[in-house]
Parts: sequence; structure tokens; C-alpha cells
Amino acid sequence: MTSGRTERIFNYTVLIVFSVFALFPLVAVAAQALHLPDLDLSTFGDAWRQGHFGTYMRNSLAVAVGVVLVATLLSIMSGYALGTMDFRGADALFYLFLAGLMIPSETVVVPLYFDLRSMNLDNTLPGLMLPQIAQSVAFGTFWMRAYFRSVPRSLIEAARMDGASSWATLWRILVPVGRPAILTMVVLTAMWTWNEFLLALVIINSDEGLRTAPLGLSFFQGQHQTDYPLLMAGALIVAAPVVIVYVFLQRHFIAGMLSGALKE
Amino acid sequence: MTRTRRGGPGEPRRIGWLYILPALVIYAAFLLWPLLHGAWISLFHWDGLGTGTWAGLANYRQAFTDPVLRGAFLHALVLVIFYAVLPCCIAFVLVAAMSRTKIRGLTFFRTVMFLPQVVAMVAVAVGWQWVYSENGPVNGFLRFLHGLGLPDWSRGWLGDFTFALPAVGLVGTWVEIGLAMVLFAAGVQKIPRELYEAARVDGAGPLREFFAVTLPALRRELSVAFTLTTIAALRNFDLIYLTTSGGPGDATKVPAYEVYNRTFNTGEVGLACAIGVMIAVLAFAVTVGVGRLVEGRS
Repeated sequence: MTSGRTERIFNYTVLIVFSVFALFPLVAVAAQALHLPDLDLSTFGDAWRQGHFGTYMRNSLAVAVGVVLVATLLSIMSGYALGTMDFRGADALFYLFLAGLMIPSETVVVPLYFDLRSMNLDNTLPGLMLPQIAQSVAFGTFWMRAYFRSVPRSLIEAARMDGASSWATLWRILVPVGRPAILTMVVLTAMWTWNEFLLALVIINSDEGLRTAPLGLSFFQGQHQTDYPLLMAGALIVAAPVVIVYVFLQRHFIAGMLSGALKE
Repeated sequence: MTRTRRGGPGEPRRIGWLYILPALVIYAAFLLWPLLHGAWISLFHWDGLGTGTWAGLANYRQAFTDPVLRGAFLHALVLVIFYAVLPCCIAFVLVAAMSRTKIRGLTFFRTVMFLPQVVAMVAVAVGWQWVYSENGPVNGFLRFLHGLGLPDWSRGWLGDFTFALPAVGLVGTWVEIGLAMVLFAAGVQKIPRELYEAARVDGAGPLREFFAVTLPALRRELSVAFTLTTIAALRNFDLIYLTTSGGPGDATKVPAYEVYNRTFNTGEVGLACAIGVMIAVLAFAVTVGVGRLVEGRS
């Protein structure tokens, strides 16, 4: 079995080479930021203070929590209606939401800027949240509809026989059963919102106190062009929350991106 | 899509609209309306301050004739090679390596290679800017090679007229490999083992096995991966804005960057909106076109 053995070695080599390619920039960034191998956290502290990351992380958290909460609630409701109820216009509505998955932020960001400004919502956190809720709801409706369609019909029928209203059926029976699907949606929405840059750049254009973490990092970069350890520490701060959640919930990330993509 | 009437007489009906209404209102106000509004603005010459003048399709014509903008779309095309073609090819090699023999630590490899997908693009950009910088690891390695007697290939990659675009593109390759790999790996698991056994009985080597069994079975996954990565290439803004700002000169200008640039730096809002609409149309065309081409579905 020499050919089998050669092939196995070849296969491992390929996988290891590309794993190193994927990891190297991330590890190198972390090593710069933490002054490895000595492990000196002072640059980290400097970046945190000079970059005002305490404030920016808090803003990012507020935006992410707000977007996730509202979008999840609305997506569960609309997905429930489109997945289990039969009413006039349901199909058209489904395609309308589906179209939202194909609208790039780059296409809407300029008109959004003028719309939000005319509503005095520019440089406000709600102004930054609402467009992201709209994007998340397009995905969430599509995602939750698929889940509600997969629920056995008998479960809903049984609830109705017991006299449960459609509202009670949703929250007492279907939502608890659908926790894994909902968690996947929450994780993806949270990641997209946390990482969003263009909308933050355009909508939070003058109020420094409202910058999100990615936006803060871009200005931090502008101020410290070539102070690489400091910049790498900033990058690490901004990326860390999502990466940490990913390490624990990687199945949800990958499964969500996969089935989300393949069902389209 | 066929519509089946699944409900009994007591089925809730119009109440469905009530459940959808809140989602619909926000979706319509903050995504659909801006889309229409953007298309409307694209028909005007407008600096964003005063009143605009009717332009008809002049902004779209300009997008095709202005050399800088034509260049931007051309750069997007180059980026498609780096964002879509390269990652899909590499992912095929990876998946072949994962599927032909039993691999220990498959989950580990998958998790690691997917990681670039979840890191904020802003952090990716800042990190890679250092990787490419004057004294960064890439130049360090090339100077090491120079020390071994090779020519000195080190340079400021992101400031180089020839190499800035490929350098940015390679970051895209780095980001998108994981997505394509994960999609293909999921598809390979669904291929019946018997097909491989039959191919082996016929004496097929790894290469023939790949072209006869794996590739045809992965058409759907290939179509999805190619579509998603191509759209990512078209929409590339964060990376360009943070690493090169379109420079040096116009060497890395891309459509998404021009949407921002023309709105906030040169006051050509109508033109910016026209470019935005063109990005959406291209993304849609890619979705439909790749599906047809690769899967043969109508």
C-alpha cells in the first residue's frame, strides 16, 4: 500500500499547508499585539485607551443586541405566517423578502444616508440599527419560514385542537422546539451586525461618541499609520468577540451559512 | 413553486398579514424604499446639496465611458479571479484531500480554514496591511530569499501600481477559500460511496475519479460557491477603503469604492447611485447566470 501511504501524506500536507495559510496572518497579528513570546499586554491597554475601544465596543454591543432582538422577533412572526398559514398574497410576500437577500448594502447606502438625514436619524444608533434590522429580517423571514415549513403539521393541528390560539401555538410550542434554528439565525445576524462597516461609516459620520468598533478601528488606523503593534492590538480587540463565539458555536456558523446559501 | 392548500376550515388566514406587518414595514422602509430611491436619484445630476437636474441615463452612460469607472469595473473582474476562481479551485483540491482517505482532525481543519470568514473585514484589512508592509512578514520572507541568492523581490505591495490589485485580491482568496471548502465538503458527503467504488473498480486514478464522480456531483455546490464569492468580489468595499483607498492612482478603484467616493468626495451623487444600481444588477445577473451555466437549470 505504498501508493495509499503516499497519498495520505500528500493529503495531510495539502490540508496543513492551507490551514497554516488561513491561520498565519491571524496568529502573526496576535503575536504582534501581545509581543509574543514575551506576552506583554501593555500595548493592548494602550490601544484600548487611545482608541476609545471601551466606548466603541459598548456601541457595537448595543447595536448588535438591538438588531438581533428586534430582527429575531419580527422574523419569527413573519416566518411563522409564511410557513404555516395560507392567505392571499403569501407567495408574493415571500418573494419580496427573498429579493431583499440580493440587495447589496452598497446599492442602498447612499439613498439611505439622505433618507436617514431627512428623518434626523443619521448619527444615531437607531438610525444605524434600522437598515440592519431590515437586512436581517429579509434573511430571517426566509430562514424561519423554512423552519416552520419543516415542523410536522400534526403538531400545529394538535395545538389548535387543544384550543390554543395561533399566537400561543407559536410561542409555547413552535419556538421552544425551534431553538436550534433560532440560535443559528441569532449567531449569524449578530456576526453580520458586529462586523458591518460601510453602513456605520456613512450613517455615523460625525458623532465620534457613537462609533462602532469596526468604525473606531478604521479611524484608529488613520491616526497610527505604521505603529503596527498598536494597530494589531486594535484589530484583535474588534475581531475577538465574534471569533470567540465562533470557536464555541462553529457548527451553527457553518451550518447556517451552508443551508442559508444552498436553499436560496 | 406549487402552492398547496394545507389548511382546514379553522385555519387562520388574514391574521397572517398581522404577523408579517411589522417585519414588512421596516423592510420596506429601510431596504426596499432606499433601493427605489437610489434608482430614482441615479437619473439626476445631483451634488447632494442643491437641487438636481434631470439626467436620464447619462449617469449610466458615464459609468461605461469614464475611463476611471470602466477601470473600476475591470478591476472588479480581476478580483473575481482572486475571490471566486482561485478559492473554488483550491477548495476542490482540499475537498479531494479530505474525502479520498480517512483524515484525522477533519473538524479542526474545517474550523481553521473557515475562520477568515468570521473575522471582521476591517480587522482583516488592518492585519493584512501590516503583512504587506515595508518590513512586514511578506517582505521579510522575500529578503530572506534574497539572502539566499535570489533577486530582491521585496517592495511596498499595496503602493505598487502593478501589484496592489493582486495583493488585495489575494486577501480575498484567503477569506473565501473557507466558504467554498465548507460548501464542497458538505456536497461530497452526499455522494454515494458506490460511485467511488465503481470508479475504482474501473481503475480510475484520483484525477479521473475527481472529474468523473466528484465534480459532476458538486455542480450545485460549485454554482452556489461561485455565485457567493463573485458577489463578494463585486461588493468589495471595506478592504479597498482601508488598505489602498483605490490607490496608488486609480490602480485599485472598484465599483463599491466609487459609490462612496463619488458621493462623499466628488459630489456626484447621481453617478454614485447609478454605480450602486449597476452593482445590484450585476449581482443579480451573476446569481441567475451562474445557476444556469453550472447547473443547467432555467
